[in-house]
Order: sequence, then structure tokens, then C-alpha cells
Amino acid sequence: MNTVFAIASVTIKELYRRKDFYVLFVLSALITLMAEAGTFFHDDKIVRYLKELCLLLIWISALVIAVTTAARQIPAEREQRTIFPLLAKPVTRGQVIAGKSLGCWLAAGLALVVFYLFLIAVCGSREHAWPLLNYLQAAWLQWMFLGVVIAMAVLGSIVFAAPSSNATILFVVVIGILLLGGHLNQVALERPEPMRSVLYAIYFIIPHLEWFDVRALVIHDQSLIAWWAVAAASAYAIVYAVLFLFAAWLAFRRKALNT
Amino acid sequence: MAAIIQINKLRVEYGGAMPKVALKGLDLTVNAGEVFGYLGPNGAGKTTTMNVLLGFANATSGMAQLFGVDVRQPIARQRIGYLPELTYYYKFLTAEEILRFYAKIFGIAKSAIESRIDAVLKLVELDHARKRQIKTYSKGMQQRVGLAQALINNPDLLILDEPTSGLDPIGRMQVRAIIQRLKGEGKTVFFSSHELGEVETVCDRVAIMCEGELKAEGKVADLMREHGASLEQIFLKLIGYRAAA
Ligand SMILES: Nc1ncnc2c1ncn2[C@@H]1O[C@H](COP(=O)(O)OP(=O)(O)OP(=O)(O)O)[C@@H](O)[C@H]1O
Ligand SMILES: [Mg+2]
Repeated sequence: MNTVFAIASVTIKELYRRKDFYVLFVLSALITLMAEAGTFFHDDKIVRYLKELCLLLIWISALVIAVTTAARQIPAEREQRTIFPLLAKPVTRGQVIAGKSLGCWLAAGLALVVFYLFLIAVCGSREHAWPLLNYLQAAWLQWMFLGVVIAMAVLGSIVFAAPSSNATILFVVVIGILLLGGHLNQVALERPEPMRSVLYAIYFIIPHLEWFDVRALVIHDQSLIAWWAVAAASAYAIVYAVLFLFAAWLAFRRKALNT
Repeated sequence: MAAIIQINKLRVEYGGAMPKVALKGLDLTVNAGEVFGYLGPNGAGKTTTMNVLLGFANATSGMAQLFGVDVRQPIARQRIGYLPELTYYYKFLTAEEILRFYAKIFGIAKSAIESRIDAVLKLVELDHARKRQIKTYSKGMQQRVGLAQALINNPDLLILDEPTSGLDPIGRMQVRAIIQRLKGEGKTVFFSSHELGEVETVCDRVAIMCEGELKAEGKVADLMREHGASLEQIFLKLIGYRAAA
């Protein structure tokens, strides 16, 4: 376990020493502040728009950060050959995968903390209301969502040769699930066989990432989700993440590495 | 004497567009306390052998063991230090950070880590640059980081792939001194090299490879007596090189 944490901490260190990480923060903050500056009237609706915009930016930025960093980890280790001195130590390849993924996930969590603190500050100062638990649930579930996405990205980075095609495929899949995943069963009903069964099968196999998108909770100040439901969703995400990482390990375990 | 590296009938085939048999049934034993020079022209299969020992490449058939443990088990690498042919390290870390990272992976006790880092940085003479990120290092300095990380766990076996390539004459001399010092401490060193002079001075035994086959193996002095020639002449003869008249 120490090995996994050591790898994770080096991964995080790299992420925050690379400057491109900050660009998204600054960009999101700038857009939000500009939107805020453009709104002169202090009515409810405008705060709601502001929240909606800001949350959308957070979702996009966090997704971009998670996918691009996770997809890059192992290919970069191989390209830069840092994987060789690493694997020459008494580490298993499973530990490398676990450490890299954990590092990306913790870094994504850190990014979410910054994003949400910013959101709370901007919105709270306008509404003078601080529904912190709503923010907490939204952020937590988003973090769980990112865990699944990161595991998918790590798996993809081992299966697909080119990191860029991996990232592209992943964006399409994740956004596809977010937009369509919940409706696939209804779509299936309208189709003839065998299409119907195929769509149903897909519906039951895919990780339902759209469940983790509870932005409305913050935007419309809805009442909190039951904590048991949050726990169940977290467990669901962890199961999927572990499955993807297990598949990644299977693919990586005996792979010959070209020096 | 105990065999530290034991290789039997090792065959490695690379697949892909250009299939290639890199090792054709290699048998090799390196014993405890030996400094073993692994020679051969470019493409002979030296790096491939080391890659199998470290678990990077898979053997097609045959067997390889370190300390009597199959090389496919990560624990076989607990007591070894490895310097890759081309050294690349996390450029965004400093020398001491990278050594701390590897020390943790070896499970070195927290209380011992810092003194161990001090010791290896002094040994490779990088003490002055320890707080700089590796991306600011010269090639020779990076090679020294490589050597330092190979020594961090105080290994009993060192596997060095062309340790002196890219170093200036002083650097080479220092590497030779380090190897000799390790030998004095009873360590085993297995290294590949193209520098025959260097091999002659530091090695107990050598093996000469060519096209995936072992052409000769033994003490340098014995080989020279047998062939009645210098190591360089033996090398050229065994790899089938004929100088244009
Ligand atoms: N990943 C690979 N795929 C296909 N062939 C390979 C691969 N790696 C090495 N080879 C081939 O295997 C043979 C042995 O290569 P190897 O790198 O072991 O040689 P070497 O003795 O280390 O040479 P050098 O002195 O140049 O470092 C060469 O013919 C090389 O072309
Ligand atoms: Mg080589």
C-alpha cells in the first residue's frame, strides 16, 4: 500500500508542477466573473443562471482535467522511459496502475475543492445563502463520477496505442452516457428487434454516469439527497472503477515493454 | 559459489512486423561477488537479456532467476539496482525527491531514508545539485542520478546497461571506482559495455555475445591465454569481423 501511495504522490506532484493545470482554473474563474460582472440586477433568476453557467464550466473543466491527465499517465511513463527504473523496483504492475489512478483521482478531488469553494464564494456572496450540504453532495458525487472516468481513461491508455485517440473516444463515450444513458431504455422500446435487445444490454452494462450529475441540487436549491442514496451511488461508482482498473491490470500485466 | 543470476536456455523472440530472435537459447551464470562484463556488438542481445531479468520483456522459452527467484516475481527485484541504457527520470522532480520516492518503494525505513539519500548523492557527487529539478541537469548528471537511484536500496546485485556511455573521462573513472568499491563490499555487478579497456580492468569474468548467442565466456586472463590475443582481438575475431586489407 505504501508503494501505491508513493506513486500516487509523485503523480500529484507532477500534475501541480505542470503549469497547464492552472489554465483551466483561471479560465473558468474568468468566465464566471465576467458573467457576474455583466449582470446588474440582483434577482433570483440571475443568480440561478450564474450557478448554472459556473457548474457547467466546472463539469467541463473537471472532465477535461481528469481525462487528459489519466489518459496520459502510463503512455508518458513509457514514452519517457521512466517506467523502466520504476518497474525495476519491487513493484507490481498492478501497483503502478493503482497508484497512477489514485493520484489522478486525488488531484481531481483537489481541483473540485478549489472549483466549489470558488462557486460557493461567488454565489453565496450574491444570495446570502449558504446551502453547504447541497454543494457537498454535488461535489462528492461529481468526484465519484470522475473516479469512474479516470479508471476508464487508464484502461483506454493501455488498450489504445495513441493517447489522443483514447482521450477523444473517452469524451465521446462519457458525454454520450451523460446525455443518453438515462434514456436508452426508452429508446430501446421504440426499436425493432434485435436492436432493442442490443440497446437494452448496453443500458444495463454501461456505468450510469448521468446519475452523478446532480447539478440541479445546487441550481434549484432542491432538498438534499438521502445519504444512503449517496452512499449507494458511491459504492456503485467504486465497483465500476475497480472493474475498469482490473481490466487495465489484465491488459498490462504481461505486456512486453519496449526499451 | 552461489549463483546470483541464473539463465537457462533463454530464448526471446520479438514479434511484430519484423520478427527477430534476439536471444537463441542463452545459458549464463553470474556468481556472488563477481564483476561480470557483458560484451557484444550493437544488437547482440545485451539489453534484451537485462530486460528479461527485470521483467520488461517476456521469455519465449527458458528460464531466468535472480537470487533463485523467478524474474517474473516482483520480489526478485528487492535486492537489485538497475541502471537503464538510456536514463530518463521524472524531470519535474529534484534528485533527492526521486531518491526518496524510490526509497519508499523499496520499503526503506523512514528513519534511514535521508541518510541513505545523503550517502548515495555523495557517492555519485551530485550533492551540490540535489535540490534542482532533473530537467536542469546535463546528460552526465542524469547518468549520475541513474547510478544513485540504482544504489539507493544498497543492492546486492547491480545490473548496469552501459553505465559509462555519455560520461566524460572523469565520470568514467568515477563509475569504475564505484564498481570497484562495490566489489570490495562483496556486491555482484553485471554490466554491459563497449569499452573493452574498462572491462579488462574491472571485470572478473566476461561474456561475449553476438546475434543472440554466447560466443565466449570466462576470466579475461584465461581468454587471453587461450586465444593468445588481446581482448579486443578476441572480441573482433569472435564476432566475425575481418578488417578490410
Ligand atoms: N522491441 C523490439 N522489437 C523488435 N526487435 C527488437 C526489439 N528490441 C530489440 N530488438 C532486436 O533484438 C536484437 C537485440 O537487441 P538488444 O537491444 O538486446 O541489443 P544490444 O546488445 O543491447 O545492442 P546495443 O549495444 O546497441 O545496445 C536487435 O537485433 C534488435 O534489433
Ligand atoms: Mg543495449
